[in-house]
Amino acid sequence: MFPEAWEFHVAQHLNRGIKILIQNHSEGFDAFSNGLLQFLLGVQSALSTIPWWGYILLIALISWFSIRRIVPTIVLSLLPLLIGVFGFWDLAIETLAIVVVSVVISLVLGIPLGVIMAEVKSLGYVIRPILDAMQTMPSFVYLIPAMMLFGLGKVPAILATVIYALPPVIRLTCLGIELVPKPVQEAALAYGATRWQLLKEVRLPLAMPSIMAGVNQTTMMALSMVVIASMIGARGLGQEVLLAINRINVGRGFESGISIVIMAIVIDRITQGLAKKWDPVKKR
Amino acid sequence: MSDVAIEVKELWKVYSKSKSGKVVLDVDDEELMRSIEVSEEDVVAVRDLSFEVKKGEVFIVMGLSGSGKSTLIRCLIRLVEPSYGKVIINGYDVTAMDKKELTEFRRYQTAMVFQHYGLLPHKDVLDNVAFGLKLRGVPKKERREKAMHALEVVGLEKWANYYPSSLSGGMRQRVGIARALVADPPILLMDEPFSGLDPLIRREMQDELIRLQEEMHKTIFFVTHDLDEAMRLGDRMAVMRDGSIVQIGKPAEIFANPANDYVARFVQDRREEIRKADEQIAALNAAKDKEVNSDVS
Repeated sequence: MFPEAWEFHVAQHLNRGIKILIQNHSEGFDAFSNGLLQFLLGVQSALSTIPWWGYILLIALISWFSIRRIVPTIVLSLLPLLIGVFGFWDLAIETLAIVVVSVVISLVLGIPLGVIMAEVKSLGYVIRPILDAMQTMPSFVYLIPAMMLFGLGKVPAILATVIYALPPVIRLTCLGIELVPKPVQEAALAYGATRWQLLKEVRLPLAMPSIMAGVNQTTMMALSMVVIASMIGARGLGQEVLLAINRINVGRGFESGISIVIMAIVIDRITQGLAKKWDPVKKR
Repeated sequence: MSDVAIEVKELWKVYSKSKSGKVVLDVDDEELMRSIEVSEEDVVAVRDLSFEVKKGEVFIVMGLSGSGKSTLIRCLIRLVEPSYGKVIINGYDVTAMDKKELTEFRRYQTAMVFQHYGLLPHKDVLDNVAFGLKLRGVPKKERREKAMHALEVVGLEKWANYYPSSLSGGMRQRVGIARALVADPPILLMDEPFSGLDPLIRREMQDELIRLQEEMHKTIFFVTHDLDEAMRLGDRMAVMRDGSIVQIGKPAEIFANPANDYVARFVQDRREEIRKADEQIAALNAAKDKEVNSDVS
């Protein structure tokens, strides 16, 4: 047995801290919450102005340009029809809006952080454990305080999604930069590249495939959070899954579940295809 | 203006496996120097080198791998930070420069050619050649024109829009040389530029370098492990072993009078070849004589 006398709790201090935050800074949190919500609603209304066939066309075009094979293009562009057939089209758009906003935030934060982590080695020792925590901490642990601070709905859902989806893009950006061959970097330095030039001309372009893999992973992780996000009141496909499970409606659960899978597959293939297009190391 | 291009004074480079990786060196501190020699953690890559390279000279540094020659050439422009000593190039004290001065110096005073080419795989041949100019901030049009001209000099103008990955080793190194030429610095640093190429291409590239040098008259600091190459290209050469220079002088002198066993062994293979070639010629002549004799009789 662990000695009882050594027991020490931080719980009550954290609880008090949260309480003080809510009491004294609620205006700040509300303002932040509102801003984020406005952004999300803007994205959502933009996404819902596109008609369903517009999406099909868009997917067909992008996948044709990035993959250049007929069968995958047709399959990828027809799969989303199934979501509409099950009656989940509008919910899927809502989910897409949350994913898009979360991914944009994650990339805006994550790519620069990854670069900084690769440039300043010592920072990695601080950031890495935080990333581990973000990925392994059960999401409800931070969902509840987020809910207390930002209220129910989509804003805490986005925050939770960002926390969960941010680490891969940071890690893969950093890794990509670290794996840039040393001789190439040495040559750039020998010709008088400054640190910034080295980053811009050599390290970032050559890390691009790895960064794009990070973007892809982040998107996938964001999608996998939609069910959990719906538990705190973010609507979307996750909510359908939740309802179906509560009612033990296995069939309905399958329909909504498969809709999420379809979104994941389509987004994954498209971002991967684009990543390959983006690979700066061309062979000709 | 003095006629000295590169002056190296008491240059040391000690690598350390210990945590900091840096060694504070003080050659006057005998105890420290002794401890470094004995220590398992510290490796002396360059040991107390002092020499001069004259302007317009092709100076060869020859040695086996691990003799410190690659470290030496990197110390000249501080790609590897020297532990002690001075490097003065064209009157600039390289070892005393701050970061900004060093960057500026590398842009205008030197250009380097690498054994493994060091080309940028995401830029086409033309942009690779123009890279040095881009770093200097030369406008796009001007640097492309200059790069194109440099490509013509090395005979690769038709490959301007290809990527390095589709070029052969010899062609890649031509791109590397074009990249150095377009910067037009007074000093060229070449780190085993032809070692990765097959013998025929190597010879061709050596001839090309000789041709270019006849026009350019640059100072070339050339590192190699190939005696043939050293003999063909060098005005003067230094033979390195374990970080020290064991002999320095004209290649022919070193060939004729090796200073010690190490240099002698280097030279021996080559002598062997020449002896064999002589024997063959002698044998051929003998055979010819016989023929002539038999014809007469």
